[in-house]
Amino acid sequence: MIAIVNYGLGNLTSIQNMFKRLGIEAVITSDFETIKAASKLLLPGVGHFKKGMDNLKGSGLQDLLNEEVLVKKKPILGICLGAQLMTSHSEEGDVDGLNWVSADTIRFRTESVPGLKVPHMGWSDISTKDQNPLWNALPAEPRFYHVHTFHFKMKDQAATSATAHYGYYFVCAFHKDNIYGTQFHPEKSHKFGMKVFENFAKL
Amino acid sequence: MSEQVMKRGLTKRIIPCLDIKDGRTVKGTNFVDLRDAGDPVELGALYAAQGADELVFLDITATVEKRKTLAELVNKISHHINIPFTVGGGISSVENVKELLGNGADKISVNTAAFNRPQLIAELEKEFGSQCVVLAIDTKKEEDGEWYVYLHGGRTKTNTKCVDWAKQAVGLGAGEILLTSMNHDGTKAGFALDITKTLSELLSVPVIASGGGGKMEHFETVFNEAQADAALAASIFHFKEIAIPDLKRYLYEHQIPVRI
Repeated sequence: MIAIVNYGLGNLTSIQNMFKRLGIEAVITSDFETIKAASKLLLPGVGHFKKGMDNLKGSGLQDLLNEEVLVKKKPILGICLGAQLMTSHSEEGDVDGLNWVSADTIRFRTESVPGLKVPHMGWSDISTKDQNPLWNALPAEPRFYHVHTFHFKMKDQAATSATAHYGYYFVCAFHKDNIYGTQFHPEKSHKFGMKVFENFAKL
Repeated sequence: MSEQVMKRGLTKRIIPCLDIKDGRTVKGTNFVDLRDAGDPVELGALYAAQGADELVFLDITATVEKRKTLAELVNKISHHINIPFTVGGGISSVENVKELLGNGADKISVNTAAFNRPQLIAELEKEFGSQCVVLAIDTKKEEDGEWYVYLHGGRTKTNTKCVDWAKQAVGLGAGEILLTSMNHDGTKAGFALDITKTLSELLSVPVIASGGGGKMEHFETVFNEAQADAALAASIFHFKEIAIPDLKRYLYEHQIPVRI
C-alpha cells in the first residue's frame, strides 16, 4: 500500500485517482500508523515552502518521515513542492528543508533571461540522465506537465535524474537511494505520468 | 524559431472548453463515438486521449444551489482525466475555490466577481498560489478602437480598459489570463491578434487566446504573431470541424512547439 502523506497542501485526490486507475492501492493519510505500515510513501504538495515545512514540523510528520525514509529506507516519491521539501534549503521563505538530498530550491533566475514568464507552466520535455527505474519504458525525452516558480539546484550532481529547459537548463528530477523527486506532475502528465507511477509502485 | 528552441521549449497549449449546465455539456456535440455526448466526463476524457493539453469546464448555470452539483462533477472529472483542468463559473470566494480544488480541480477561473472585488484575486493567490488562479476577461473592441472589459458573460459593459484590468489583476496575483474577444467569438474568422499580442508582451503571466478559432492556420497565427501561450476553442472541437491530433500535427509541421 502506498501512503500519500497529507500535510495539508496539494491536490491529493488527483494522485490517488491515478493510482486507482492503475489498480494500485493508495491512501491519503496523516495517520502515523498507516504511514508506518505503508510499503511506499508519496509526498505531494502545491503551495508555499515555508508553510509546507511548518506543517511537517507542527504535525510531527518530519520526525516520522526521517525515520521511515532515512533509517528504514522506505521508497518515497516527492512531487513538486513535496520534492522541493526534500532539499536542504529554499529561497521561498528562506527556510531549511528536510535535507535528504544535497540541493537547494531556488527561484527561476528571470533576470538572466529577459521576458521569461514565471511560473513555468505547461508541458516541457525532459531529458533523462540516469538509470532511474522510474524512467522504465519511457521514451528518451518524454513530456511532462510543470507548474512551478522555484526549481532544484543540485549540490550532489550525481543525484540529478533528469533536466528540462525553460529559459535555461534546470534539474527537474532527482534520485538518491530510496528517495525520488520530480518537479513535474506525473498525475497530470497523461500516459507518461501514469507510467512513472506504475514504475514507482513496482519498486 | 531555432531548432533548439523548437525542441527544448515549452509547448504551446491547445485547450478545449466545455460549457456545463446542470452537470451536462451544452452547445451539443456530434461525436458519434461517445455513448453520451452530453456527459462532460466522457467528452473530456476523449479530448485528453486525443492530445488536448488542458481542459476548461465552464459552469454557465453556477447558481448557489447548483454549487454542490459542480463540486461533485469536478470530483468525477478528476477521477477520469489525467491532464490539468480549470473550472470556472460563478466563483466568488475562497470557500468556493477550496471546495473545487479539494475535489480535484487544478485551477479555477474568476471573472465578474473578481472585477467587482479585485481583492478576491489576492485572497486566492495567498491561499492557493497564483498558479491556480486564472483571470477570465471578456473584452470587446469599441468604435474608439479601445478594448473594454465586459461582465456577466458579456452582457454588461464597463468603462475599464482590458489592458488596465489585466495589469492590475496580475499585480494582485492572477497567474494566467484567459482572454476572450467578443468581437471574434463565434465568427470562426480567427483570433483577436492585436489585444492578444498586447497582453502577451505586457504581462509576466501566460495568456490564453479565446474566441474566433475556426481554421488550423488561425492557431498558427495566434501563436506565432500574437505570441499566445495557449489557445482555447469549443465548438470547432465539439463538432469535429478540427480534430485535435490533426491540429497538433499541423502546428508541428509549421514549427510551433506542441506536445504530440
